[in-house]
Amino acid sequence: MTPTARRLANTAVSGLTFAAALLVVCPLLLIFGFLVYQGLSAINVDFFLHLPKPVGEPGGGVANAIVGSGIMIGLAVAVGLPMGILGGVYLAESRDRRLPWVLRFVADVMNGVPSIVFGIFAYTVVVIPMRRFSALAGGLALGLILIPIVLRTTEEMVRLVPSALREAGLGLGLPEWKVSLRIVIPAARAGIITGVMVAVARISGETAPLLFTALGNRFWHQGLDQPIAALPLQIYAYAIAPYEDWHRQAWAGALVLITLVFLASLAARLATRGRIVAR
Amino acid sequence: MAPDSIAGAGTADRLSLPPRAISRGRVALGDRIYRACVLASVWLVLVLAAGLVTALAWESWGAIRAFGLRFLVTSHWDPVAGEFGALPFIYGTLLSSLLALLIAVPLSLGAAIFLAELAPAWIRPPVAFLIEMLAAVPSVVYGLWGIFVLVPFLRDWVQPALGRTLGFLPLFQGPPYGIGMLAAGLILAIMVVPYITSVSREVLLAVPGSQREAALGLGATRWETTRIAVLRYGRSGLIGAILLGLGRALGETMAVTMVIGNRPEIAASLFAPGYTMASVLANEFTEATSDLYVAALVEIGLLLLLITILVNGLARLLVWSVSGPARGGRG
Amino acid sequence: MGDGIYVKDLRAWFGDTLVLKGVDLTVAPNAVTAIIGPSGCGKSTFIRCLNRMHETVPGARVAGQVLLNSEDLYGPGVDPVQVRRRIGMVFQKANPFPTMSVFDNVAAGLRLGGVRRKSRLQEEVERALRHAALWDEVKDDLDKSGVSLSGGQQQRLCIARALAVDPQILLMDEPCSALDPIATAKIEELIHDLKKELTIAIVTHNMQQAARVSEWTGFFLMGELVEFGVTKEMFTTPGDKRTEDYITGRFG
Repeated sequence: MTPTARRLANTAVSGLTFAAALLVVCPLLLIFGFLVYQGLSAINVDFFLHLPKPVGEPGGGVANAIVGSGIMIGLAVAVGLPMGILGGVYLAESRDRRLPWVLRFVADVMNGVPSIVFGIFAYTVVVIPMRRFSALAGGLALGLILIPIVLRTTEEMVRLVPSALREAGLGLGLPEWKVSLRIVIPAARAGIITGVMVAVARISGETAPLLFTALGNRFWHQGLDQPIAALPLQIYAYAIAPYEDWHRQAWAGALVLITLVFLASLAARLATRGRIVAR
Repeated sequence: MAPDSIAGAGTADRLSLPPRAISRGRVALGDRIYRACVLASVWLVLVLAAGLVTALAWESWGAIRAFGLRFLVTSHWDPVAGEFGALPFIYGTLLSSLLALLIAVPLSLGAAIFLAELAPAWIRPPVAFLIEMLAAVPSVVYGLWGIFVLVPFLRDWVQPALGRTLGFLPLFQGPPYGIGMLAAGLILAIMVVPYITSVSREVLLAVPGSQREAALGLGATRWETTRIAVLRYGRSGLIGAILLGLGRALGETMAVTMVIGNRPEIAASLFAPGYTMASVLANEFTEATSDLYVAALVEIGLLLLLITILVNGLARLLVWSVSGPARGGRG
Repeated sequence: MGDGIYVKDLRAWFGDTLVLKGVDLTVAPNAVTAIIGPSGCGKSTFIRCLNRMHETVPGARVAGQVLLNSEDLYGPGVDPVQVRRRIGMVFQKANPFPTMSVFDNVAAGLRLGGVRRKSRLQEEVERALRHAALWDEVKDDLDKSGVSLSGGQQQRLCIARALAVDPQILLMDEPCSALDPIATAKIEELIHDLKKELTIAIVTHNMQQAARVSEWTGFFLMGELVEFGVTKEMFTTPGDKRTEDYITGRFG
């Protein structure tokens, strides 16, 4: 090719890839735009404070769903956090050859398992023996989704702690476990918390694993061993129902959900900006 | 005076007591407890993962025993009569995922190349951020947008136009419901693009700068440099990124359920409704009355699990071959 | 036949930091010019300005003139891609393309330039490999991956790759710093042969190497060209005290 042809090819490809990047980003703006347009009108104080109204009656809110989601996220964190953090610390510190590789591989594959499969697992392990749908089952399913995410981000954050810090601790004569618990992990604390926030944001939007574990509910929660409402479940139920009013509430719920998820991810990014070298 | 405290230890103390001999027992115990706790955690995670597969296999055993391999190739799904053939769902999952990849891969790779190689420095962080946000949008929200925006758009504009121009192809025949395989493929494409883009971008960024310099030094343009030094080097990682996207598409549940029509049929046209493995689980699990029904559904879940393990496992290995295993798994 | 580079008041920045402060220097045709100096003195930056590689780093800037014979490489409308075609570069650590064979590595520049015919490519690749004193060692293994060679061979492969596009000037940025003495000696021998047809500028932190291979030497310190002259004279009777201190090992 002549030099001019090569220059033209260069410009053409730059243009095409730019167009691709624009197209890729478009849906975000479209979706967010529609959510705001459709959902903003249905958001009011009632929406956050009231229970759903019976079929056919307009109004009502998703208070029980918000609370339900919160409860199950709490359960999920209780289940997933210890294993996730300890596992991540292990991956960052261990000098073994095989076990860390296996754990990393399993965690990454778990990250890609469809969330509904975790729902099935929770169904077989909790719902069937208990003979009922429950918040516990939902929390377990969400907790399992949480583990691999927290594990990998914890590993990343602990790795970022400069080895000089660890060496300083060891050089002072501190035993290894004290160096880990008192020096290295606290140094990575902000990053770990950030990772947990990102993971929580992710599971707060999960619907599929809750479909046959928590089941959903139109009332306040009655106990951890009972079915319970959740925000994404409510959005789904409203979206596929034939009532206009419910559709508007679905948009509103989605707007709330997506805003929470965005805020959490944004906060996570800002918190780690000073610590990770910008790529 | 505590043997393992440094503060306050004067020269006389240090010389007269060999600290190690006294404190070694205590230190070793602390280390052992710590390591035991951490290892217990690690093994618990591995056991849970193994338990996942085992529990599903166990619960689906009734159906496996009843239908064997027929399950995979029969298309008759009749819960009332106790007849379960999963072919329509397998077909629906594969077709919708393939369609999604067809649309998503060129766009994602293009965007990744733009972000990693060709874009001016100031554009990169905001666009990368927007793409990460896209990956964070919950499936049910995509589905909501799909039902109320995408489907009417397809029904009223795109499908009639496709039918008029390309209607001689069996792919574009049939009434324009809006809902159907095309909608599912499109929404999956939109959902999968951010994953492929961000993993591809990481792969490209992992290519050493010396490779780019070698090409630039030869007098290559920016695009030529990308082509001969970066893309070739990162080839296997990029394939891994695409496979990761495939894995995502195969398991996507809510958005697909909301726009695919949920009819267990195998049709040639993209306009026709369909059903995926994940969707049938979402829709019918709570309605499964008999043990066989539940077992059949769990078997579908098991299939889904095994397929995604395979695809994701392969994908990870490919990505690790370029950028190394220690990258955090946010993708 | 000989092409020279004439540098006038060359300044270079990384962002706001001025790293080259007004350099005037001549790279004489058909000769080897060595650029020496302690770490961080700007010698790599200098040489990368000659083939317009410096500006590929985001935030990097250049001002001044670099004349290839009589043409200003930084003149308006000059395409840096074309500049790099005519001025070849060999880097500190050999960087052959690992996914390409030995043959494809050497042919890479030719293919970019539009040469497609198999026979022509084969001719040029052989010529370049002979020029780089590598042909006899690889002629039966042209299909092997570029990274299957030893370190010294890889560097000669990179030299062949640069030579294949027939550049007027060859720039070498510490090409032997990652190599053992035997491989280094081979490359120095190669440089002796190459300078008959090419003009070469070589950055080196090894003063003995500079004394061995070059006719001219420039001594850089903290972004400035402190002294420039005939190699033999620089090393026996340096004009500037700073040069003398560096050469006698008082610092650096």
